[in-house]
Amino acid sequence: MSYYFTILSPTDTPIFNIAFGTSKGGGDGIARFRFPDTAQYMNQFIIHSSLDILEEAQWTNGGMYLKHIDTYPPAAAYISAFLTPSGARFLLLHQPPLVPNPASSSGLGSSSLLGSSGNTVRGSSSTIATNPTGPQTEEAVRQFMNEVYESYVKTAMSPFYKQGMEICSPVFRTRVTAAGKKWL
Amino acid sequence: MAAPSRHSAMLSVSNSTGTPQSGSSDKTQIPQQSSTPQPIQGLRVPSNRKTIYDRHLNRSRNAELSRASFAYLFAEMVTYAQRRVTGIQDLEKRLNEQGYPLGLRLLDLLFYRTTTTSSSALSSSSTSSSPPNRPLRILTLLHLIHGPLWRLLFGRSADALEHSVSPDTPNEYMITDNDPLVNTYISVPREMNQLNCAAFVAGIIEGVCDGCGFEAKVSAHNQPTEMWPSRTVFLLGFGESVMEREKVLERAGIK
Repeated sequence: MSYYFTILSPTDTPIFNIAFGTSKGGGDGIARFRFPDTAQYMNQFIIHSSLDILEEAQWTNGGMYLKHIDTYPPAAAYISAFLTPSGARFLLLHQPPLVPNPASSSGLGSSSLLGSSGNTVRGSSSTIATNPTGPQTEEAVRQFMNEVYESYVKTAMSPFYKQGMEICSPVFRTRVTAAGKKWL
Repeated sequence: MAAPSRHSAMLSVSNSTGTPQSGSSDKTQIPQQSSTPQPIQGLRVPSNRKTIYDRHLNRSRNAELSRASFAYLFAEMVTYAQRRVTGIQDLEKRLNEQGYPLGLRLLDLLFYRTTTTSSSALSSSSTSSSPPNRPLRILTLLHLIHGPLWRLLFGRSADALEHSVSPDTPNEYMITDNDPLVNTYISVPREMNQLNCAAFVAGIIEGVCDGCGFEAKVSAHNQPTEMWPSRTVFLLGFGESVMEREKVLERAGIK
């Protein structure tokens, strides 16, 4: 499972993003998307295209965690969203590993690594990787989002931080990485 | 001269040994004993090695600020805003702008505290201990401001919440505070009697409304009564887009 996580300010400025892989089931926490290395912008493209749906969903559901809101079938990408009360959007794109494995060894950047991690993930059947829309995944993502939210509030409370500024604190990045390791 | 010495106190890594008089010996010894990981390039870590991310947001939850120091700080803020202003409106606008970012922050803090503690401080707008909902309708937002926000700021709820009776202005709501804390120690000169320094609080409210996606203009007005000489009414005027959405949501039956 590979993840791409973005925080968007209320005015649609990306203020933080990070890509990481699963650490559950023997994963090594490195993102391996099925796009070639030259097409990493696809993640941003997919994730930002879900904003329309998010803006509809945000007025029908008063919760902060809006669960899985969008799917992009060509890339088998799922997008979960979390809205802070002050209007920042947390978007998480998750792409489960390819189930039929042979395709993975074709010309992708890190083919050998991908093959091995794919096997181990499939080995443990009940991990969240197997079912991207299942309740287990929703819960794990919710925990992840809540933990990031805590760090985000701490950032926002800093008097030197203005809403809409990029979050460049390395401590914040470590916090997000740690939350990803813990829950996803 | 004060600045460099304060800097060295904040950057403990090498200088912490040189401050014997501070009583926090156990704190300063930790970095010496353990071979701490190299701090990330260019990042300044405070002397107790606690960044803002290591601090707990709920620690000061029930703590109260000294009223004297607040009054002093607020007086300075008003003085600062008063420099080179063209008139009372301009001054109020500046105070409003000082409050606005505070409102945005308080909103996040308020929700964070209610989600983590599960004590239902937001109970007026949500049910029991489930995570509170973002306000979707004007009324829930107003209850949020009137109750939880006011309690967070001033330790009590606001005194009244009213809807404009005039049919011309259905988008106007009023929140009344009989004795606003910010005005307690402020006496306005007679020639400026239009001024109400609670414009700062109006700015906070505006920040909260805007943060939730309710575009609004908020202003503070003096409406003294015999019993409450510093009674202040905060007038909230919501934008047209908000009123339109309100109608759509009402039809959809969303609360």
